[in-house]
Amino acid sequence: MTGAVIASPYPVAPGLPFTDDSRYRRRRARSQAMAGLIAFAAFLGVSILWIILGYVTVKGAPALNLAFFTERPLPYGEVGGGIAPAITGSLMLLVVAAVLGVPIGIGAAIFLVEYGKGSIIEGVRFASDLVAGLPSIVVGVFVWAALVRNVIGNFSGLAGAVALAIIMVPIIIRTVEAVLNLVPHTLREAGLALGVPKWRVILGVVLPTARAGIVTGVVLSVARAGGETAPLLLTTLGNQFFNWDLGKPTGAIPIQLYNYAVAPYPDWHEKAWGAALVLILVVGVLSILTRVATRGSVR
Amino acid sequence: MATGPTTHPAMTALPPNARSGDAALTRAPGGVDGDRAFAGATLAAALAVPAILLAVFLLLAIDAEPALTRFGASFVTSSTWDNVKEQFGTLPYIYGTVVTSLLALVLATPVGLGAALFITEYAPRRLRTPVAFTIELLAAIPSIVFGLWGFFALTPVMRSTVEPFLKATIGPVPVVGALFQGPSLGKDLFTGGVILAIMILPTVVAISREVLLAVPTMQREGMLALGATKWEAISGAVLPYARAGIAGAAILGLARALGETMAVTMVIGNSSRKITGSLLTPGYTMASAIANQFNEADNELYFSAVVGVAAILLVVSALVNLFARVLIWSITRNAAQGARA
Amino acid sequence: MTATHSQIEALVRPEPVRHHVPHGPELPGHWMQVINLSVWYGARQAVEGVNMTVRPKAATAIIGPSGCGKSTFIRCLNRMHEVGAGVNRVSGQVLLDGHDIYAPSVDPVKVRRHIGMVFQRPNPFPSMSVAENVVAGLRLVSNPTKSQVDETVERCLDQAALWDEVKDKLSASGASLSGGQQQRLCIARALAVSPDVLLMDEPCSALDPIATAKIEQLIIELKRDYTIVIVTHNMQQAQRVADETAFFLAAEDRIGRLVEMAPTGQLFAHPADERTAAYVAGRFG
Repeated sequence: MTGAVIASPYPVAPGLPFTDDSRYRRRRARSQAMAGLIAFAAFLGVSILWIILGYVTVKGAPALNLAFFTERPLPYGEVGGGIAPAITGSLMLLVVAAVLGVPIGIGAAIFLVEYGKGSIIEGVRFASDLVAGLPSIVVGVFVWAALVRNVIGNFSGLAGAVALAIIMVPIIIRTVEAVLNLVPHTLREAGLALGVPKWRVILGVVLPTARAGIVTGVVLSVARAGGETAPLLLTTLGNQFFNWDLGKPTGAIPIQLYNYAVAPYPDWHEKAWGAALVLILVVGVLSILTRVATRGSVR
Repeated sequence: MATGPTTHPAMTALPPNARSGDAALTRAPGGVDGDRAFAGATLAAALAVPAILLAVFLLLAIDAEPALTRFGASFVTSSTWDNVKEQFGTLPYIYGTVVTSLLALVLATPVGLGAALFITEYAPRRLRTPVAFTIELLAAIPSIVFGLWGFFALTPVMRSTVEPFLKATIGPVPVVGALFQGPSLGKDLFTGGVILAIMILPTVVAISREVLLAVPTMQREGMLALGATKWEAISGAVLPYARAGIAGAAILGLARALGETMAVTMVIGNSSRKITGSLLTPGYTMASAIANQFNEADNELYFSAVVGVAAILLVVSALVNLFARVLIWSITRNAAQGARA
Repeated sequence: MTATHSQIEALVRPEPVRHHVPHGPELPGHWMQVINLSVWYGARQAVEGVNMTVRPKAATAIIGPSGCGKSTFIRCLNRMHEVGAGVNRVSGQVLLDGHDIYAPSVDPVKVRRHIGMVFQRPNPFPSMSVAENVVAGLRLVSNPTKSQVDETVERCLDQAALWDEVKDKLSASGASLSGGQQQRLCIARALAVSPDVLLMDEPCSALDPIATAKIEQLIIELKRDYTIVIVTHNMQQAQRVADETAFFLAAEDRIGRLVEMAPTGQLFAHPADERTAAYVAGRFG
């Protein structure tokens, strides 16, 4: 069908009303140029991730073999060696940090959602935001001064775990607070109406309902803490040997990575890339899992 | 430190016949105590957070005090940092932090805002989430990995290609040319700023995206209905509406850049404490100075000076964080008001 | 293609009776014609087979119950429906002064320059002053001098019956005005680019009765110079301001169709279609 089928009810305008003038062409060109620049910015952001991931994978993959995961670092000149003490050290540090940080984080979140009122909520939330914004090196300086210097007396795994716990707590608080707020109020009321005390409703109904979100928050905080380096340099120092004593210096993957990287030996550089690949795989997989699990709801 | 309240014996003390109306009367005393104990435990956990914060400020203040009283204002205005002569001025570190962080801001804000605009305004629907997700994943990469990549991959490219190019193109330009003078070393303030820009990009993108999504559709449509092109609608209506929040996003990125340690430490050079106008000078940031010198500070004054650097870093980053939050809070509040009006 | 040729001809009304149409090439004013327009949101069809002529320098009201596609339809008249998410598709033709605004060579940006729009909720730009809001569109198409800006601001605010109320706060934020003032500011803003046609999508739905009365009075003034299409859910409003009224209705399939279009008095007093009769009598919707 075309307009020709129907007679125009009024005179048709002699010229097309939508003619281009040079100003309009300039405006359109600018709009298209900006669209191109904006798409390029997004491309840049996306490609940087792939460049770094690709680089670490290509450089790090050759270093990965059984010995890399099972042996301890060797002095320079000896062939072989791995990052095993760093892996066990990181695991120990993270477990202890989680034992310290998770109850505080979840407890504080429960307080914020279930018990707190007015200004005390604001104060805790504000403090939590500021702790989240602490430069990690400052956390290291603090823990050194608070624990390493006098209380413990030397660099130690425990001090490192405390530093990591301080980094984990605000992340846990933010995530858990958000998921607890998502638990429907009717669930709590149903429990309370049965005469169950509030604390048992929270432990028996609210927390299990929010379990997935709480696990997400904890995993996210572990992923973040597992990659931290600066505070560990000031607290656990690192260790080339296996160590299970919390009172002594302990190795960690990021520290081992750093030591391998800044040494002048190409063989060690390859091991640094290997350690980076391991770190990215663990941290990245954890992050992707939690982000996929929480996409669209809770960050 | 709170222990898990799940082991509290009162947990099993609930009378099975408790009802709502007379709960207070029939509930066993253990139930009331359980509630009180549990609330107390969560309160203790919650108060641990401000307590940690307070302790950080206090302890750093105490340990920094000798250096701060000894040097007074010259602690931040002097550029002499000499542990043999026991003269400590932090100006070069402050300068390095400010320059690299601002450079990161200048580089990351347009790219991050552009990427956020792409996600919110331009991308086809099925591309939006993958692009946003991929850029957010950058935030999951540990600082030390950025450092390693910067150390071995970025600095050689900077030395051989990027910096000579900038010297040849921008170098001769008056005023800004001063930023690109001297030999291309690769490990310098400029590379530090670039690696920081990459690291704060996900922060800038995530927050800008949130802010842009809060701009009412009516604002875009109002401009388009006047015959605006897509870019005119964005620059004329969307960006002005969101400007406070975008500034907040940039400043939150800045806050992150200020405290970043390992990645910068590995690419900034750590070899010269001279302040020059050129970005192609090796330098220190406050964070990298602490990381490099903390474990060698063998006498009391030296140690106090290093903690003093940490104290300055703490205060500055707390202030910048606060400022960013106020900005973002103001725009979300305005958006809420706009929705009500 | 659902409408037959004869149906189309029946709906396309001949020369208007109450308006003098000069002979020769000169236009009586800007007019629009919609030919067999159908609209889809993704896979779902929203509007089907609309044929309509919009008379020059008159107000055409579009009424109907909610969900009848009237807002969708008016947004197709200046291609605003292309903004935003979703794959929206249109078939048929929309002519401005006899030229198809959906022709492949036509940029929607230019269409909106000629066919302005006022929205349900007032949307002044909060970062601009009252005066800047008025000339926001003008600045896109030209670089007006200071005196041109001042002249346009006063003329358009005056046309929008707002000048007396805001002449002392031209530099205040556009968001500082009352709701009714904001909507008149948006009308002034639309007038400043000298549109051929002004579309209004339920312009009073967010306003109180006094502000609504002012806007209605304004529409009656404006239609002396402008061709106006107004969507309204308020039948009294259509009767007060419109020369022509079109009744839209969605059947069970939720697809909106034009049921009947006639001079306003005739449509309300002697509706030809029983569904129109039922609606104007207030029996549904």
